[in-house]
Amino acid sequence: MNTQVVSLKEHIPHRAHASKKDFGHIVIEDVEIVFGKGATSSQAVKKTSLEIKPGEFVCILGPSGCGKSTLLNSIAGYVTPSSGSVRVDEKAVSEPGPDRGMVFQQYSLFPWKTILDNIAFGPKVAGRTNVECSSIANTFLEMVGLSKFAHKYPAELSGGMQQRVGIARALANYPSVLLMDEPFGALDAQTRLMMQENLLSLWSEFGITVVFVTHDVDEAIFLADRVLIMSASPGSIIDDLHIPLPRPRDPAMATGSEFMALKKVCLEQIRAESLRAFEQQNM
Amino acid sequence: MSKLGRVANAIDDKTVDPEPVEKATGVEKEAVYTHVSGLSGEDVAKALGALLSQAADELRRNATTIFLSLVSLTLGLLVWHLATSYKVDFYINFQNVPSPAKVFSAFWTHLGDTEFYIHIGVSMQRILTGYITAAVIGIAAGVFMGRSKLVRSLIYPYIEVLRPIPAVAWIPLAILMWPTEEASIIYITLLGALFPIVLNTLHGVEQTPEVLVRAAKSLGASQLQIFWHVILPSALPSIAAGLAIGMGVSWFSLLAGEIISGQYGIGYFTWDAYSLINYPDIVVGMLVIGGLGTLSTYAVKLAMKPLLAWQKRAR
Repeated sequence: MNTQVVSLKEHIPHRAHASKKDFGHIVIEDVEIVFGKGATSSQAVKKTSLEIKPGEFVCILGPSGCGKSTLLNSIAGYVTPSSGSVRVDEKAVSEPGPDRGMVFQQYSLFPWKTILDNIAFGPKVAGRTNVECSSIANTFLEMVGLSKFAHKYPAELSGGMQQRVGIARALANYPSVLLMDEPFGALDAQTRLMMQENLLSLWSEFGITVVFVTHDVDEAIFLADRVLIMSASPGSIIDDLHIPLPRPRDPAMATGSEFMALKKVCLEQIRAESLRAFEQQNM
Repeated sequence: MSKLGRVANAIDDKTVDPEPVEKATGVEKEAVYTHVSGLSGEDVAKALGALLSQAADELRRNATTIFLSLVSLTLGLLVWHLATSYKVDFYINFQNVPSPAKVFSAFWTHLGDTEFYIHIGVSMQRILTGYITAAVIGIAAGVFMGRSKLVRSLIYPYIEVLRPIPAVAWIPLAILMWPTEEASIIYITLLGALFPIVLNTLHGVEQTPEVLVRAAKSLGASQLQIFWHVILPSALPSIAAGLAIGMGVSWFSLLAGEIISGQYGIGYFTWDAYSLINYPDIVVGMLVIGGLGTLSTYAVKLAMKPLLAWQKRAR
């Protein structure tokens, strides 16, 4: 598989000579996100500062509705912060762009395009030739193990397969950051585990920065270098937990004592936050 | 298996990987499309073979339905025949209604008559002009309204006010407004097709899932690319429905126009037959209108089919 990555780099001159550690540096500075105006406005994310290093795998963990997706969307460029700034590789984020690949919770493949054309979409709108587009698309399709399905339509694939295509489609633009918004939330437990391993191997191959939003504690610890725990609304990061588990990660680690200890720390904080959120909603 | 069936299967094996048997018809259609684009004589022959065998298969599968439909139609003809030959007059009066035999013989005579074809040709030309104009204006207006609140609030009131006005009600004003009678008939045809096309396009555009637009943005697509690759294909099933409905409505608007003015056209033919007390021709005209309307709606659906092939794949 590594040979494919190397051959692909020939298509991308700006990447061929640069170390992958140079890309995907995210700096969030005093970001505050407020929705609405005046009396009806609500604060979604409290003033937050945060730095994510190139190549880091960071999970944002929190109860539902805590603003973790909103924070992710501010990196993606879908949400403009009310104050503060988001910068990726020294460039201020103002709108969505191909340097930040996005994988959504809902299936977001274009139903009228074949799997291959879905993956080729990014390179195509960037103005690459048809030959380049299909060569890139084929390579990424093989990476996620779905070459057999190149000419199928999304509706013919299972949910897990569709999300793999979604990841391949985001990676086909050679982004410096991969943003994932609860991408495995709709999958069954078995598929989810396989997807997590699959994602980790892609990540180690690409050395790409990943910001991954989830409410699943096991998922966060299994995947991440760092778990950022978010409080309930308004969202703010209440803990920045380093995950010292060795890589490559193995699902068997999930029963180890180190994993358990980390899980306990996360669960306690999440539980407190969930309770607070629950009380707020029921007041 | 028939020879044609074997040819069709040979094509399947070449183009698509093994599929469940019950999906075979869909696969054959695809084989037909891919082969027509090459257009060598042999390919065309094979494609035709596949098409024929597919039609035969469909016939065999729907044999019961087709049989029952034929029985029902025959019964209808029989009732019509009896009602006219006994001159039934029981609330509905059949005394002046021509019998099926008379209608058929009138139709047969007209088939050898050039003027009959001119009537049909003129009507088809009006439909084509009015309908294509309506499709262009309707799709464009629907798309702009769907993507811009400003455009929508400027155009929508007109649709609300004008849509309930039937084609017939437009006729006097249309004749006054347009320089020629021909133009006024085409205008009425256009108007009939326009509203279903605009409204269905608008609906389709509004139904575009926002997540697909966001995905396209994050993949680097420009506004124009999003429109072309996301919004238009997403709205296409709805646009296709609008086009099919619009075709039906444009026929009946056309007829209204032709009955009241004009010297040619199948509507004029029908109304003229009534004025000349030529009763079998009234029914000939009606049946031709019905046939042409059905055929043209079918043609629209057939034309849209390749564009909507992806929908068939959804389970």
